[in-house]
Amino acid sequence: MAETINEVKFSDAGMAEIQRYISHYPEGRQKSAILPIMHVAQAEFGCWLSPQVMDKIAEILNIQPIEVYEVATFYTMFNLKPVGKHVLEVCRTGPCCLRGADQMIDMIKEKLNIEEGETTADGMFTLKPVECLASCGTGPMLQVRETYYENLDSEEKLDQFLETLRNTEVETPYHQK
Amino acid sequence: MGIKILTEHINVPGIETLEVYRKHGGYRSVEKALKTMTPDEVVEEVKTSGLRGRGGAGFPTGMKWSFLAKPEGIPRYLVCNADESEPGTFKDRVFMQKNPHALIEGMITSSYALGANTSYIYIRGELMFVLRILEKAIAEAYAAGLLGKNILGSGYDLDLHVAPGGGAYICGEETALLESLEGKRGNPRNKPPFPAVKGLFASPTVVNNVESIASVPWIVNNGGAEYAKIGIGRSTGTKLISASGNINNPGVYEIELGVPVEEFIYSDEYCGGIWKGKQLKAVVPGGSSVPILPANLILKTAAGEDRLMSYESLSDGGFISGSMLGSGAFIVFDEDQCIVRNTWNYARFYHHESCGQCSPCREGTGWMEKVLHRIEYGHGHQQDIDLLVSVAKQIEGNTICPLGDAAAWPVASAIRHFREEFEWHIRHPKEATLPGAVYRGQLAEITA
Repeated sequence: MAETINEVKFSDAGMAEIQRYISHYPEGRQKSAILPIMHVAQAEFGCWLSPQVMDKIAEILNIQPIEVYEVATFYTMFNLKPVGKHVLEVCRTGPCCLRGADQMIDMIKEKLNIEEGETTADGMFTLKPVECLASCGTGPMLQVRETYYENLDSEEKLDQFLETLRNTEVETPYHQK
Repeated sequence: MGIKILTEHINVPGIETLEVYRKHGGYRSVEKALKTMTPDEVVEEVKTSGLRGRGGAGFPTGMKWSFLAKPEGIPRYLVCNADESEPGTFKDRVFMQKNPHALIEGMITSSYALGANTSYIYIRGELMFVLRILEKAIAEAYAAGLLGKNILGSGYDLDLHVAPGGGAYICGEETALLESLEGKRGNPRNKPPFPAVKGLFASPTVVNNVESIASVPWIVNNGGAEYAKIGIGRSTGTKLISASGNINNPGVYEIELGVPVEEFIYSDEYCGGIWKGKQLKAVVPGGSSVPILPANLILKTAAGEDRLMSYESLSDGGFISGSMLGSGAFIVFDEDQCIVRNTWNYARFYHHESCGQCSPCREGTGWMEKVLHRIEYGHGHQQDIDLLVSVAKQIEGNTICPLGDAAAWPVASAIRHFREEFEWHIRHPKEATLPGAVYRGQLAEITA
C-alpha cells in the first residue's frame, strides 16, 4: 500500500485510459470522469481505493479530496478497505435466489470458511454479496472483476470454479488493447 | 413466430462487428435519416409509431422527444439509460452484449432527430465487459465515418461515449443518472425542471432506455405507421421480455405485444412451462418493483378475459387485481416458493439501494426489511402485517423519485394477495423457519 500520495503512480496505460475518459466531457466538466477513473484505479491498485489513491484522483481531476470520498462511499462497487486477490461478488437478489443463490452463498461460506464481507486467511478470496447483476436467467451466478460466472447450480460446478480461480492471474483489461 | 425488430439477426455469428452488421442491413436508418429526412420528420415518425419507453414507465417516446427545449447556442444531449439494475431485468445487457451496433445505430439516428452533437451511453458499472464491447464497436463506427465530424457527408456531427456507473440501482432513475454522469452521488433531482429543459450539464437532455433507442432504426426504415400496426391497442411494436425464475427456458424473448400470458409461460417458444413439472404459484410480470400476482390473476384479467402481454392488459384492474408491464422482467414462482422470504429479499434490496435522500424511503425501506426479516425468521407478531401495510403506504408517493413506490408495491401486493401466508409464518414460527419451508393451505390446517 502506498503511504503517500506521491507514491501512487498509475501505469502509462492507466493514465492514457484516464485521459481518454476525461476527454469525453466538456471543458470544465472533468469531474464527470470520476467514476471511470475509480474503476481504473481499482484495477491498478488491488481492487480497492485507499485514501492516498483517492487523493491522487482528486489531484488528477483538480477537485477537492472530499469530492472523491463522497462519491466513493456512495457506490457499492468501490471497496474502501483491502480485499482478496479475487472478490466473489455473488448476486443474492430475488430471481437468483429462486434458482439457488442462497444455497450457493452458504456453500461458499463453508468451503472458504469466511462470512460475508470477509477475506480468506491466504488473501485469495473475498466474499461480497451484491444486489442484482442483470443475469437473472442464468442464476445462481457471481462476478469476479469483469467476468460473469453463471449457472453455478451444483457443488461440483462451484468446486471447479473456485479451483480454476485459484490458478488464475488477475488481468487489467485495458492494458490488453 | 412473430416479427423480430430487435433480435432478427442477434444470433448471426460476428454480428457484433461492423462488417457483418452492415451485411445484414445495419446503419441503413442513418443513411436514410441524415440524407433524406429532417430531424423533425424523424421525431414525427417516432410519434406515429406509438413507441413507448421500454425502461419501465411506458411514456410515449416521440412525445418525450417533442418536449425537448431548443434554445439557441446551448447544446442538447441524448443519454442512453443502460443502467439496467431492476431485479429480473437483463434484456438490455444481453442485447448490448450481442448486438452493440444496433444500439449505436439507434443512438446516431435518435441524436440526429434531437439535434444532439454529443451523446452518452450510461451503463451500469458492473457491466464493464459490455462497455468494452460497445467501445470497440464505437471505434469501428468512427473509423467508418458513422460517428465524428460530417457523418456520411451529411454535415451532421456526433460524438458518442460510454460512461460506466459505480453500482447503484437508483442511477436507473433519469435524474439520478444525470447526477452520476456528472461525477456526483446518484441522488435524484427535484422535478421540475425536467431533463428536457435542464438535464445534463444544465442543458436540454433526453434520457431513453436501450431498447427504446434500438427500436428507432426500424421505425425510420419502415415508417412509424408500420410499427404501429404491430402489437395491440396502445401497446405497439415488439418488446424484449427477460424471463427468469422457476421456468424451463429462462432467457430474453422478443414478443409482439399482445401475446397471451398463458402462452408466454407455457409454450415451448417462450418459457416452456414451470420447471420440474410443478404448478405456477405467482408471477412478477415487470421487474421487482411491480406488484406480484397470484396464478389466477396473472392468467385472467379482472373482467375474466385472457391476460395479455401488453401495457393495458397487465395493468387491468389497477393494483387490486393487476400489475404492470414495467421493464418486461417476467419472474415466475413455482408452488414451492415462499412469498414471505421473497418479499423480505426484495425489501432488503430496496433498503440497500435507497440513496438515503428522502426520509420515508431511507427509514421506511429499512423498517420493512426488519419486520419482514423477523416474520421470516419466526419472531413475527400478528400486528406486523398491518404495520407493513401502513409503512408501505407512508412511503408510496412521498419521495422525490419513484424508488419509494418501487419499494412499497412489492410488499403491499404480496400482503394483498398472500396475506394468509404471512399469517401462517407468524402462527407457525418453527415450521416457517425450516429450510425450504413454504406455506400451503393443507400444512396450515394440519399444524394449526
